[in-house]
Amino acid sequence: MQVGSNLDVDVWRGGAEGGYQRYQVPRQDSQTVLDVVTWIQRRLDPTLAYRFACRVGMCGSCAMTVNGKARWSCRTHVAKVAQDSRLTIAPLANLPIVRDLVTDMREFFDKWARAKGQFSSTATRRDDFARVAPASSARKEIDAAIECIGCGICYASCDVVAWNPAYLGPAALNRAWTLVNDSRDGDQSARLAAVAGDAGCHACHTQSTCTERCPKLLSPTSSIAGLKRATTRAALKGAL
Amino acid sequence: MSARSETMLWIAQRATAALLALCVLVHLITMTVAVQGGLTAAELLGRTRGNLAWAAFYGLFVLAVAIHAPIGLRTVAGEWLQWRGRAADVCCVAIGVLLLALGARAVAAVTL
Repeated sequence: MQVGSNLDVDVWRGGAEGGYQRYQVPRQDSQTVLDVVTWIQRRLDPTLAYRFACRVGMCGSCAMTVNGKARWSCRTHVAKVAQDSRLTIAPLANLPIVRDLVTDMREFFDKWARAKGQFSSTATRRDDFARVAPASSARKEIDAAIECIGCGICYASCDVVAWNPAYLGPAALNRAWTLVNDSRDGDQSARLAAVAGDAGCHACHTQSTCTERCPKLLSPTSSIAGLKRATTRAALKGAL
Repeated sequence: MSARSETMLWIAQRATAALLALCVLVHLITMTVAVQGGLTAAELLGRTRGNLAWAAFYGLFVLAVAIHAPIGLRTVAGEWLQWRGRAADVCCVAIGVLLLALGARAVAAVTL
């Protein structure tokens, strides 16, 4: 880290037909990529559009493409990613660009709904609490996959999403896997049908870029493999 | 195509992949052993003609290829050429039938 020196930062401006614009930003101690973008907007160009909320890695709002890789900008230190004091910051791939660093994430979240990512309750308010043993294998599968913050990094990093626009993507399938393991959920057959096939888990090539880039260190690849096992069992039983 | 049909295609491709891994291994080992004393058509046909075990093994090999390859090509056509739907499916089935016919002809030629 060279405090006192400048970073050359190329930032995507405009929509899909836009281009990079270079800014010079002073380096700071413990500076994050979000700090850099914020400095540009507050000191150099107030028209720069970007998205953030919590600044502490909880909300999943601030993901961007940093030097070619999707990252959460609030928890990405410049010292870790800057090459020769240069940064290239672009919006997330595989999503339509609204403007500058802001993408339209509707399709990303619509696919969560298409993967039946909603919990479907079988109980009423008059029923007792469901008891799920913390040590049960199903609960452990849920624990391993539940901490997704919906940042879209896996979706932006997935080649299959780029090749097959109908593909539900790692995050939506990961969410579905948590519900497949939820003994309280009453919509399992429909969910397995929703996540099977060419737009679902069977399209995954197990390249594992989603798992490599997930900032929460989840493994959507493992979740998708679980869905492949579950849909295979259902298909062979004639229940799909 | 229904979710069930697509899942069955995936299962068929994975099952034939496992079978092909075994078949290719046996095939390579057999070839390596067979060429030790030099390889002539007469020697090869002498070993395979009328041999039901060869016919069954290579018949299974050809069947696995004829199932495995078109399913993979269907995915390649969709992802790389953006060619999906009935025409792409029919084309892939045709390739599978062609592979089966050519393979069966070759197996028949060396074993019957």
